[in-house]
Amino acid sequence: MSIVTVQLGQCGNQIGFEVFDALLSDSHSSQGLCSMRENEAYQASCKERFFSEEENGVPIARAVLVDMEPKVINQMLSKAAQSGQWKYGQHACFCQKQGSGNNWAYGYSVHGPRHEESIMNIIRKEVEKCDSFSGFFIIMSMAGGTGSGLGAFVTQNLEDQYSNSLKMNQIIWPYGTGEVIVQNYNSILTLSHLYRSSDALLLHENDAIHKICAKLMNIKQISFSDINQVLAHQLGSVFQPTYSAESSFHYRRNPLGDLMEHLVPHPEFKMLSVRNIPHMSENSLAYTTFTWAGLLKHLRQMLISNAKMEEEGFKDPALYTSWLKPVNAFNVWKTQRAFSKYEKSAVLVSNSQFLVKPLDMIVGKAWNMFASKAYIHQYTKFGIEEEDFLDSFTSLEQVVASYCNL
Amino acid sequence: MTQSVVVQVGQCGNQIGCCFWDLALREHAAVNQKGIYDEAISSFFRNVDTRVVGDGGSISKGKICSLKARVLEDEFPEVYRFVTSIYPSGEDDVITSPYNSILAMKELNEHADCVLPIDNQSLFDIISKIDLMVNSGKLGTTVKPKSLVTSSSGALKKQHKKPFDAMNNIVANLLLNLTSSARFEGSLNMDLNEISMNLVPFPQLHYLVSSLTPLYTLTDVNIPPRRLDQMFSDAFSKDHQLLRADPKHSLYLACALMVRGNVQISDLRRNIERLKPSLQFVSWNQEGWKTSLCSVPPVGHSHSLLALANNTCVKPTFMELKERFMRLYKKKAHLHHYLQVEGMEESCFTEAVSSLSALIQEYDQLDATKNMPVQDLPRLSIAM
Repeated sequence: MSIVTVQLGQCGNQIGFEVFDALLSDSHSSQGLCSMRENEAYQASCKERFFSEEENGVPIARAVLVDMEPKVINQMLSKAAQSGQWKYGQHACFCQKQGSGNNWAYGYSVHGPRHEESIMNIIRKEVEKCDSFSGFFIIMSMAGGTGSGLGAFVTQNLEDQYSNSLKMNQIIWPYGTGEVIVQNYNSILTLSHLYRSSDALLLHENDAIHKICAKLMNIKQISFSDINQVLAHQLGSVFQPTYSAESSFHYRRNPLGDLMEHLVPHPEFKMLSVRNIPHMSENSLAYTTFTWAGLLKHLRQMLISNAKMEEEGFKDPALYTSWLKPVNAFNVWKTQRAFSKYEKSAVLVSNSQFLVKPLDMIVGKAWNMFASKAYIHQYTKFGIEEEDFLDSFTSLEQVVASYCNL
Repeated sequence: MTQSVVVQVGQCGNQIGCCFWDLALREHAAVNQKGIYDEAISSFFRNVDTRVVGDGGSISKGKICSLKARVLEDEFPEVYRFVTSIYPSGEDDVITSPYNSILAMKELNEHADCVLPIDNQSLFDIISKIDLMVNSGKLGTTVKPKSLVTSSSGALKKQHKKPFDAMNNIVANLLLNLTSSARFEGSLNMDLNEISMNLVPFPQLHYLVSSLTPLYTLTDVNIPPRRLDQMFSDAFSKDHQLLRADPKHSLYLACALMVRGNVQISDLRRNIERLKPSLQFVSWNQEGWKTSLCSVPPVGHSHSLLALANNTCVKPTFMELKERFMRLYKKKAHLHHYLQVEGMEESCFTEAVSSLSALIQEYDQLDATKNMPVQDLPRLSIAM
């Protein structure tokens, strides 16, 4: 089944490009370390999910690119075309000239309604191209204006128009310090709205990925391109084909559906995070060997701080809340086929209290700023009033409380 | 590509504008070798143009600039109005400049989205600093001539006998850097409207002190990381500000760093971490940094930084202006020239000065919160 990706804003589009690039280059990788038949099945499954075929054999990404100013989209279109391996659809973009000024209110209340019809049309055309459509993967940031504000608006529309399809939002959590000054306001507005209209929120923190680049991969001068590539690698390892059960012969058909089923048992708990290993610099790859025990142990350590071995480690009931049995809460998806240059790799997607602390911090900072009424006039100018802020605060305090009570 | 219109007003405005267009062309020529009219160029050149307004000159000038701001707001309410304002220095050739400035300020207070105040004395000091460096002939250091923030494009072969040319070039460079992210690609873009959104927490407090670094590039091609860090440090020193102000020792409401060239997010973050402890931010905006990364550096540089600070250090400038105004106004000196003009009344003056006083008071209130401990306010509690 196919997934349609919607890329919003500079962040969404830059990451979206890296994701498709990672998916395709893994799919074409010569280091699959498995049989040819296996490899072909893998490639076919990947293609069906994320790409549609064109006449001269260049796969077209199943993606819709949206931004309120043209520079980034143009860049991504040409980068994809230059790769020669894949490209974006010619008519799959929507752009304006103006930008959203980092203003959630502008993205949500001005751009949203103004361009609703055009954007939804492009999305509909992309959905119609799918033989069997599974759902949407929406990539956006929380800190800016387009990704956050327009992203929230679009997700709401998707909920209205495609209520039977699944929606997973990939949200980028900004650095704690200083990308955008009003990032905390934009973040709480985004999260509170998405909690209502999205099915799952897959959250990636810039700070966390920055640390991976610095400490594990030893990159000296880290650029956004490095960060986006690590992110794409993580997403790729989640979304690339895996088997549905121990001895099944087919690759899983509905990754989105399966992910949601296992990871979002209750609508109050939608925040997911991803941890993936290994991450190493190119140079070290040739000199390392892995064991599964080691990898899984490492993953579990990343989840909590205890140390136990193997899959057994994940079946410990102490890890899970009282109303879930480990057998329901924990699932393993496997494939023989190696991912992207790593002989063995593992990724853990979890719905846990891991994100409560960062969420709590953002709510706290936004609240402090709100108390002094700083920047509020920029939002009320476009129809987002103080009551809307208070609603958002309330919803998010609720989420924090729910997670804390687990 | 967002497009901007430049409005040049008065002698000052037009002279600066002239330098601006030369430098803008030079910059685009460096990037666009074939001279094709592309998206980047279309941000300024029509197949158009930010608001640049000169302040403090003859009576007519003062009126025109403020009228422009108000007219622009009426005609185009959705469009952002950025004003680069040259404030008169201590020794000024125009006696009535305080009147003009205060009257203009009232309009700027109400109708501009953002004002970048600049004064001639600071520009002059920067030029002297550069001259000293260029002429010092230190062993092993030679300065690339085109890289001077004061140099004009090669096309105009005029000699810089008059300091005004060099000074105007600095302002022109400021404008180029301000709009670089809107014109060229980068990994973290920033448009003009984002500047206003992030740096103006309250509508009245929209005065941004700017600084440009580096002032010149040495011909030594390998820039060690320390030099990159030096660029960030310099941006906060009072010698590099385009207004007589010392942001480091006053209170920041917000700060923007617009970086151009081969600088990555990790360099930017490292420097923010490094400089943060020595700067004071208002309690509700402790992490008040807005950043942008543009891949294309200015001509002759490998990287550059424009810092915009919404900082209480503008207060002394305004207080001084008010003082000079009061000295003239108390005696009603030269007032009759203004009152002769239709539509001008004494109330215009009193309103203008009280508008300025209110502004100064807002800054005072903010300054009073300096050094107070940051308190976490009680949050909403939810019944489960």
